[in-house]
Amino acid sequence: METMSSQTARLRNDAFPAMRADFINPFITATVRVIATMAGIEPVAQRPRIKADHRSYSDVTGLIGLIGEGVEGTMAISFHESCILRIVSNMLGEEITDLNHEIEDAVGELTNMISGAARADLETKGYSFQMAIPSVITSKGHSIMVVTRLPIVQIPFETPNGAFYVEACLNAAT
Amino acid sequence: MLSTDAKILVVDDFSTMRRIVKNALKSLGYMNIEEAEDGAGGLHRLQTEHFDLIVCDWNMPGMTGIDLLRTVRADPNLKHLPFLMVTAEAKRENIVEAIQAGVNNYIVKPFTPQTFGEKLAAMFTAKAA
Repeated sequence: METMSSQTARLRNDAFPAMRADFINPFITATVRVIATMAGIEPVAQRPRIKADHRSYSDVTGLIGLIGEGVEGTMAISFHESCILRIVSNMLGEEITDLNHEIEDAVGELTNMISGAARADLETKGYSFQMAIPSVITSKGHSIMVVTRLPIVQIPFETPNGAFYVEACLNAAT
Repeated sequence: MLSTDAKILVVDDFSTMRRIVKNALKSLGYMNIEEAEDGAGGLHRLQTEHFDLIVCDWNMPGMTGIDLLRTVRADPNLKHLPFLMVTAEAKRENIVEAIQAGVNNYIVKPFTPQTFGEKLAAMFTAKAA
């Protein structure tokens, strides 16, 4: 997997013609900023890719709908256990050692913050979204299937304690 | 600046953010901190106890933060309560809506403890001016 800085990992619009880079780059920027600010960890974005299937395999996933005027989709952020335990421990200033309710709650809040920051960026490009409440799924090695005909762009991020993945699926009417 | 013995209500549906806000407040010397999980729970606390400051999320199930803000500003007994909105809603229209509803200051998540302290200090500098 090619490692790229958060800046060079940004997409060109011709990279994924089915989903414009305008839609994806705000999620890269928002993810790096939220994790760095709240947990003091600078995640390194990898090259985004179109998922071969619509399933996610991880230990805890935050999921939120993205519904707006002429545009709709979903955003998910999936963590492996070692990665999210370090992020949440840093956020709370105390060691968390299990995938417990505190982890679920924190992933919900991270999902909320990343989607909020990305939505604000997308607004400057002319897309407006409604607020939504995130959902969180916790189960070791779970899989999630997003029911959509749209391509799902997966952005892997590396941290010293393992990887996590942001997946976005957006469709504009225009 | 707000006295360090002030009683503060933190309203957020995520316990993680309540803890982060509480940690930020404690680092500034504030120890008398209460919590509520949504706007309705927060309003009940405000109507039955005295508080000196409310720190509130916007996007919550049931009664949202902006609904709680409007209710507080419409209540003769609560309308002067300093209200700090801490929210992931960074859209300009949200900020304008909160200002029009009478918010004293607005912090967009993510934030550092330093930013939190600066926004809090600015609220009371502005009130004193």
